[in-house]
Amino acid sequence: MDPVLKIEHLGINFGGLQALDDFNIQVANNEIVGLIGPNGAGKTTVFNLITNVYPPSKGRIMIGQHETEGHATHEITQYGIARTFQNIRLFKDLTVIDNVKISLHNGMNYSLFEALFRLPRYWKQEKETERISFELLDVFGMRDNAYDMAGSLPYGAQRRLEIARALATYPQVLLLDEPAAGMNPSETAELMETIKRIRRDFNVAIILIEHDMNLVMGICDRILVLNYGLIIAQGTPDEIKSNPVVIEAYLGQQRSE
Amino acid sequence: MDRIKEKIGKTRYTYILNTLATILLFAVIYALINFGVLNRYQSLLLIPIGFNIILAVSLNLTAGYLGQLPLGHAGFMSVGGYASALFTLAVDLPPAVEFPLAILIAALSAAVFGVLIGLPALRLKGDYLAIITLGFGEIIRVIITNLKFTGGAYGLKGIEKHTTVTWVFICVTLTLFIVQTLMESRHGRAILSIREDEIASEASGISTTFYKVLAFTVSAALAGVAGALYAHYLSILDPNNFGFMKSTEILVMVVLGGLGSTFGSIVAAVVLTLLPEWLRSFSEYRMVVYALVLILVMIYRPSGLCGKYEFSLDRIISGEDEGLKKIKAIFHRKKSGKEEVGE
Repeated sequence: MDPVLKIEHLGINFGGLQALDDFNIQVANNEIVGLIGPNGAGKTTVFNLITNVYPPSKGRIMIGQHETEGHATHEITQYGIARTFQNIRLFKDLTVIDNVKISLHNGMNYSLFEALFRLPRYWKQEKETERISFELLDVFGMRDNAYDMAGSLPYGAQRRLEIARALATYPQVLLLDEPAAGMNPSETAELMETIKRIRRDFNVAIILIEHDMNLVMGICDRILVLNYGLIIAQGTPDEIKSNPVVIEAYLGQQRSE
Repeated sequence: MDRIKEKIGKTRYTYILNTLATILLFAVIYALINFGVLNRYQSLLLIPIGFNIILAVSLNLTAGYLGQLPLGHAGFMSVGGYASALFTLAVDLPPAVEFPLAILIAALSAAVFGVLIGLPALRLKGDYLAIITLGFGEIIRVIITNLKFTGGAYGLKGIEKHTTVTWVFICVTLTLFIVQTLMESRHGRAILSIREDEIASEASGISTTFYKVLAFTVSAALAGVAGALYAHYLSILDPNNFGFMKSTEILVMVVLGGLGSTFGSIVAAVVLTLLPEWLRSFSEYRMVVYALVLILVMIYRPSGLCGKYEFSLDRIISGEDEGLKKIKAIFHRKKSGKEEVGE
């Protein structure tokens, strides 16, 4: 089967710093790929390159049949890439349901004119959007919070809302940037179940940046390890766990005496 | 009330309710003028109140909802004012045809300038956007001052006085209708999301450039409408009236009313138009009091008079209105407070 996301020889340098070099990956439908590595290894940079927040210095990215080069972030979202952010970026002063509805923007196509004069298409699509939004909130157990301000939610719920909002764009690939950051072990366990359920119910591939090794080892089909902008290892969780190069990158080299 | 609502459908109910309320409001204003409750001076004040409402509400669209800070709103107002005035001076049609056309021309020409200025300016954010729009506002003023057909620094004189309370009322109603229906659609939500977080908005699939320019253009077009009303009210246009101070004055209204609240913009526009008039008896201390009011509001209510509160007749009738609930709570507290003293 064709990969949903194909990245070839991707690289970027900021001034003299080579933040990422020769990054290759093919993600198949419904796969969960872990992206790990020490701080500053270039993990989030990969996400920012895929969504074209930074244009890559070299290499190319294919989302299905679409090449991302020269396309704005919002177009890439429409090709089927959705993401969450390392430091939560919700629309804080808007309600929970509006956060989801904003992502459903491109699911509707009524024009400005139809909106101003409230023509039938406006009503039909707004109603449908409301229904889908509530369905999505149900998946994350947030229906009761629909009209709360997103910023007033507890931390864990904000993380979940961010995932719900990302899913509302109907992605083929979901990029999760440290979804378990700041969560306690029981919340992390819950998140693990949620991610598994998302893959099953929404039929998406997921790329996951995470420092929590229990989470990464528990759900990823395969893992890529980055260090100083280079892939230093890839394989199944078991292979990665015992890979000496990875252990060295994380813990440093054992001093030979 | 709920039974009526169910019978005719919630949304149509809201429509009928709002239409009736608008007609009623107009009838009240009309009656107040015609039965002499408002004297001539007071009823003429309704006109500046009206175009200030349009200016504040339209600026609130960019400053409050889009979350960008433009400082050249008076520039768009002047474009609308001059375009409409030149039109009515050039053609000789019955006022009932001429004036609506002039207003339309004002809106369109200001919208064109909105796109032209918005496209480059909206690439910048925050302070930079403020400064670049300030610059554009000044450029428009300087150009008008130096052109021949605009009357130059002497201003444009002899504009027909078409602006009546009725026209102002219609324009204010249309402005509010456009802004409210826009904001309650997918387009409005897109605009709000840009204010909240531009990066997340773009990642949610929203073309932030398009919606920024859209909000900016609608805002400019409405400012143009206000300019047309202004021109045909004073019958003279002086480019110096559309300087930086005018833009600031409008911004003050929006901030005082509460950034992101159309209702707040309306309240502030009314208050700040009337305040200088009420303070006439203080003569030279007028501006001091005006400034003091602003300072005090900003200290005690930094989010503006109305915060983000929006007025909804439907919510008030069904008792779900936040503002009404707060007022009730205050009364309730006072009552129970008295009882405690009694004990």
